[in-house]
Amino acid sequence: MSESAFEPVIIGFTCNWCSYRAADLAGTSRIKYPPNVRLIRVMCSGRIDPTFVLKALADGADGVMIAGCHPGECHYLEQNYKALRRHRLLQRTLAQFGIEPERVRLTWASAAEGARFAEEVGAMVDEVKKLGPLNWPTRPVPQSEAAAEVAP
Amino acid sequence: MADNTQQERVGVYVCHCGSNIAGVVDVQSVARFAAEDLKGRGVVVARDYTFMCSVTGQELIEQDIREQGLTRVVVAACSPHLHEGTFRGACGRAGLNPYLAEMASIREHVAWVHTDKAVATAKAKAIVNGAVERVLRNEPLEAIRVPIEAGTLVVGGGIAGLQTALEIAEAGYPVHLVEREPSIGGHMAQFDKTFPTLDCAACILTPKMAAAGSHPHIQLHTWSEVEKVEGYVGNYTVTVKKKPRYVLEDVCTGCGICIEKCPVLVVDEAHDAGIGYRKAIYTPFAQAVPNIPVLDPDTCTYYVGGKGGCRACEKFCPTEPNSIVFDQQEERITLRVGNIVLATGWDLFDARRIHQYGYGRLANVFTNLELERMCNAAGPTGGKVVLRDGQTAPARVGIVHCVGSRDRNYNNWCSSICCMQSVKLAHLVKERTGAEVFNFYIDMRTPAKDYDEFYQRVLDEGVHFIRGKVAEVSDVPRGPDEQGPLFVQVEDTLAGLQRRIPVDMVVLSAGLEPRRDSKAVGKTFGIACSTNGWFIEKHAKLDPIATMTEGVFVAGCAQGPKDIPASVAQGAAAAARVLSYIRQGELALEPVRASVNEAQCSGCRLCNGLCPFNAISFIEERRVTEINAALCQGCGTCVAACPAGAISGSGFSNEQLLAQIEGLLLDVARVPEPA
Repeated sequence: MSESAFEPVIIGFTCNWCSYRAADLAGTSRIKYPPNVRLIRVMCSGRIDPTFVLKALADGADGVMIAGCHPGECHYLEQNYKALRRHRLLQRTLAQFGIEPERVRLTWASAAEGARFAEEVGAMVDEVKKLGPLNWPTRPVPQSEAAAEVAP
Repeated sequence: MADNTQQERVGVYVCHCGSNIAGVVDVQSVARFAAEDLKGRGVVVARDYTFMCSVTGQELIEQDIREQGLTRVVVAACSPHLHEGTFRGACGRAGLNPYLAEMASIREHVAWVHTDKAVATAKAKAIVNGAVERVLRNEPLEAIRVPIEAGTLVVGGGIAGLQTALEIAEAGYPVHLVEREPSIGGHMAQFDKTFPTLDCAACILTPKMAAAGSHPHIQLHTWSEVEKVEGYVGNYTVTVKKKPRYVLEDVCTGCGICIEKCPVLVVDEAHDAGIGYRKAIYTPFAQAVPNIPVLDPDTCTYYVGGKGGCRACEKFCPTEPNSIVFDQQEERITLRVGNIVLATGWDLFDARRIHQYGYGRLANVFTNLELERMCNAAGPTGGKVVLRDGQTAPARVGIVHCVGSRDRNYNNWCSSICCMQSVKLAHLVKERTGAEVFNFYIDMRTPAKDYDEFYQRVLDEGVHFIRGKVAEVSDVPRGPDEQGPLFVQVEDTLAGLQRRIPVDMVVLSAGLEPRRDSKAVGKTFGIACSTNGWFIEKHAKLDPIATMTEGVFVAGCAQGPKDIPASVAQGAAAAARVLSYIRQGELALEPVRASVNEAQCSGCRLCNGLCPFNAISFIEERRVTEINAALCQGCGTCVAACPAGAISGSGFSNEQLLAQIEGLLLDVARVPEPA
């Protein structure tokens, strides 16, 4: 696949209070951004279990965007800092797996920042386009099926 | 994925939203995709309809639930923040647990932000698929009911807060009104006349202040600030810091002898906008409520000149015991309230920031607030409009609109009141001095009732209006013939020429800004500010009163610039909302809460330090963690952290979210390579 034709699929985790509303505001303000991102709403960026990110990458996403309230503006006071910590750890882990850490981007957008949200999506899509498709080894074969395959 | 979702019957409803969605997304194709491709996932009916949120649209869902025995519903339409409640209501009416409905946002997140119809339709399908997979794992939930405390905290005693406090108190419920200045009244107490009717501000405000001061259901906490807010809607515990007045509030009679005897005269930067004086012990103005002075330790000789100086106030105080207490300490009081209304108002744009307009550098450049105080009969000049020398009436006055507003170098917003305020001040100056008045405006904005009529009246009175942004106010003549003393340099955009208007006095109509500490205040109350600093309302159009935090409302300029009628209306509206909560007695909250499955909890305590609401505690006897549902706010951070998967978050469970991720990636799923 040539780089220009590659359209990555990105899962975007957004928090109920800031970034999801920023995405809503981008919509109501008719700000255009690339259609590569598909959003999931959670109550807080602190809800994002690194497993979710790995699951998204394993299931076909080329990148994951995590968007929370700005530091100091978390609806739950400080839970976005926990998202920040997990993101750092996760990036390190991904690098050890041989996956470019840039595929998982953490960003902030307040409920008033529809334009910023759209810009961040654009930047993320550009970045993942540069990286190319995620070379994830295909999903591990479930144990039951694997057992069936080795059976005579 | 092992699933017990086989027996579910799902209905999918795709909304056209007129052409809002249907113009970009092929809604029929999305509905067909759900009906055909997702049949295996339990979708038994999929429809598209012009307006799902209409009564007919909702009835369509209700009918299908009843007739087709639907157990799950997905509505692909707008953002859940707009219509989740609508569709949950429809499900509830048809006997389906409301939390078994999900929304797929294909308007805000697809149709309105993308242009390519094929790509948008594909994305809409992925989102619908994600929602179907998610809804299959939804659990029926019951809303959490919390009792509502009858008391209300109103922060800010300006016209908006006063209106809120009076409305609630009149309905018979207790109000705590916290004001950080020594008196309630706010900015309105500084004004002379109000547009467009030219009512005297004091005549219409002071009765309200007096009513609030003496109302049996209103407790005033002036010279006080809210320090800490804990709890949630219906059940807030608020800590108020009461600054020392150095005067005993319940003993002082407000006779004013202390003020009269105080020998220290200080420039009054607050109420008199820096052009009048007050004593070191003072009430900000004659009609202050409460009429109890406050002693300023930064200027009082007792404190400044080493302890023990002067004490004239104490000596002459006629009360028994003496009302003056030099060593009064600040106090903290705790209030229990169910709802909070923030009416913290605005700050004036600092006109010094626009150097070329000369405020603070050229003596006879004033701010609108200074002129306002001069016009006021109770103000420092007794109602006379005079130059900085305190005597000379100006013969030519220039009033500059939009100072600091609608200017990308300062504030982008329109301060909304300055046009009318400038027109009013032009009228007052002309009335009092007979001066020739020039108003310099960018655009005239007179949109409310009787506003344009007032503008026409002032035009007819002979005030000049020059359309153009002022470039500079200068005191330097361009030649020996030029007579100033001040010159207003402006491009007259209607006449198409540069003009230089000589005047004696310039008045800068400085804009409204958010309170300098609005972000910190927002944080205390758990509500958000826009990047500019105005408090963010729940919905810009449909709910400009509530905030994202249940039980916290906004009124007046704290939410955005507005005039007195709009502040009063919003204050009253906030009261109506609070009263509706109080009258309901209890409130239904989203049942998004975390809970621990004790059988799975290993007692590792990893989650224990994660909760900022102290909802998580460790039970030593059983070596397990417990979550207090009343304190839990539902953020889900502990759910994500539990290595044993022992904590589940209702409404946003691991199963729901993992299924949604998989569903969203349907079209790009990685399939195992053949072995």
